Amino acid sequence: MLDDFFIRALIAGIGVAIVTGPLGCFVVWRRLSYFGDTLAHSALLGVTLAYSMEFNIAFSVFIISSLIALTLIQLQKRTNLPGDALLGLLAHSSLAIGLVVIGFLSFIRFDIMGLLFGDILAVTVDDLLIIWIGGALILLVLKLIWKPLFASTVNYELAEAEGLNPDRAKAIFTILMAAIIAISIKMVGLLLITGMLIIPAAMARNISSSPQKMVMYSIIGGLLSVILGLFSSLEFNTASGPSIIAASLLLFILSLLNIKQSIKLKN
Amino acid sequence: MSSNQNILVKLNGAGFSLNNKWLVKGVSLQVEKGKIVTLIGPNGSGKSTTAKIALGIYKKIDGSVEKYTSKVGYVPQKISIDWTLPLRVNDFMVLTESISNELIDEALSLTGVIHLKDKNLGDLSGGEFQRVLLARAISKKPELLVLDEPVQGVDFTGEIALYELIKKISDELNCGILLISHDLHTVMSATDHVVCLNGHVCCSGSPMDVAKNNEYKALFGEQASQILSRYEHRHDHVHTSEGEIKKN
Repeated sequence: MLDDFFIRALIAGIGVAIVTGPLGCFVVWRRLSYFGDTLAHSALLGVTLAYSMEFNIAFSVFIISSLIALTLIQLQKRTNLPGDALLGLLAHSSLAIGLVVIGFLSFIRFDIMGLLFGDILAVTVDDLLIIWIGGALILLVLKLIWKPLFASTVNYELAEAEGLNPDRAKAIFTILMAAIIAISIKMVGLLLITGMLIIPAAMARNISSSPQKMVMYSIIGGLLSVILGLFSSLEFNTASGPSIIAASLLLFILSLLNIKQSIKLKN
Repeated sequence: MSSNQNILVKLNGAGFSLNNKWLVKGVSLQVEKGKIVTLIGPNGSGKSTTAKIALGIYKKIDGSVEKYTSKVGYVPQKISIDWTLPLRVNDFMVLTESISNELIDEALSLTGVIHLKDKNLGDLSGGEFQRVLLARAISKKPELLVLDEPVQGVDFTGEIALYELIKKISDELNCGILLISHDLHTVMSATDHVVCLNGHVCCSGSPMDVAKNNEYKALFGEQASQILSRYEHRHDHVHTSEGEIKKN
């Protein structure tokens, strides 16, 4: 069964969606979408390094993205620049360095479109293992830090005052972000990973009344997007990443109908 | 004096500065089990800062803080909650600690907002939200309660009832309370120990002692001091914006 590339892509996509669901909610709640973009852009550097040193891509991306995240935290402490300027600086400089390195690697042929937008043909059985084992680890760690992370998302001072150590939870969450980007890069492509995190979560926000429900709907939305996107990718011969994201946008638009109804009810 | 075992939190000459300006300096105080310590002082005198030092929110401080409990309930003065979060009162109650449904209901009933349990936090009025904040802080049966203007925005009758509740909680749970309040009548009637702040500790002691203190009168004016006593007003120092004290 795993011989069929489409089945492999489907299993990979489902694994990714289950993990991006809850992480995406935190990205929306903590306003981290631009941070996600920065990590994703820096992933290109990780990919090129993986190619040049014949290293595992997911692992290399994870290392580079984590380093970029740590650099950001240090820069925030040591400079007076606003957060978005620092993010832009890191995003574009790491993207530029990644592209420059690609230029030097002319002896290796690789599919840059697949890298940027995802390539379901490229998903191997090894990738499936990385996605499912890595994904399970991410969810396990997220469950462990859920309380302090969620409490400090609501109010940092309450969490700190009542002894939950929010700074540690934040640092661990940053590493989890690097990890999800590393494992989902082949599926969605590095330009669209943040979309996979944000759009299902944004859709879920429109239709949920509690944080638990939002996480659940976000996972369901991600799963539907992956399934719908992959089938249309197969049908219309389009890249997998854009197809999945377009499908999630469709779900988001549908969720807006729900908002209109509830506003009417209030009036 | 009570024994050391009763001390929940102790500040020794604690101070905190931001951008080279002292917000508060040289504060020593202690909160003991079953006692209510109230911080009073004008706006910007460092009351909330002192509370945050005691809670360990500010870490780079002058002096030291000794904290002997981790069971803390906190009602902050200002709280900004991001409405990108769908959060009901019920979710908010278990934010920092998972507590049983019975305890949640009990606390919400005590502060009179049990009917709001399934409401979205963003839909509450200011006074309702304040009652939920207080309910959340007491529901986990803390050993130390830090209440920063806990009844702001609450209606007049509610205010009295909530202060009575705070007093009752302190007796029943035998917990220590660090209270920040503007209401001098309440402060004087329900407090064991008053600390009067103005960038530093101006005076402290029992409510009666403080009411008789000249610096207290200088800070709050004749009218406030006449609530409890009538003494001549003489202020022997002035405060500069850096928190320095100059003797006259």
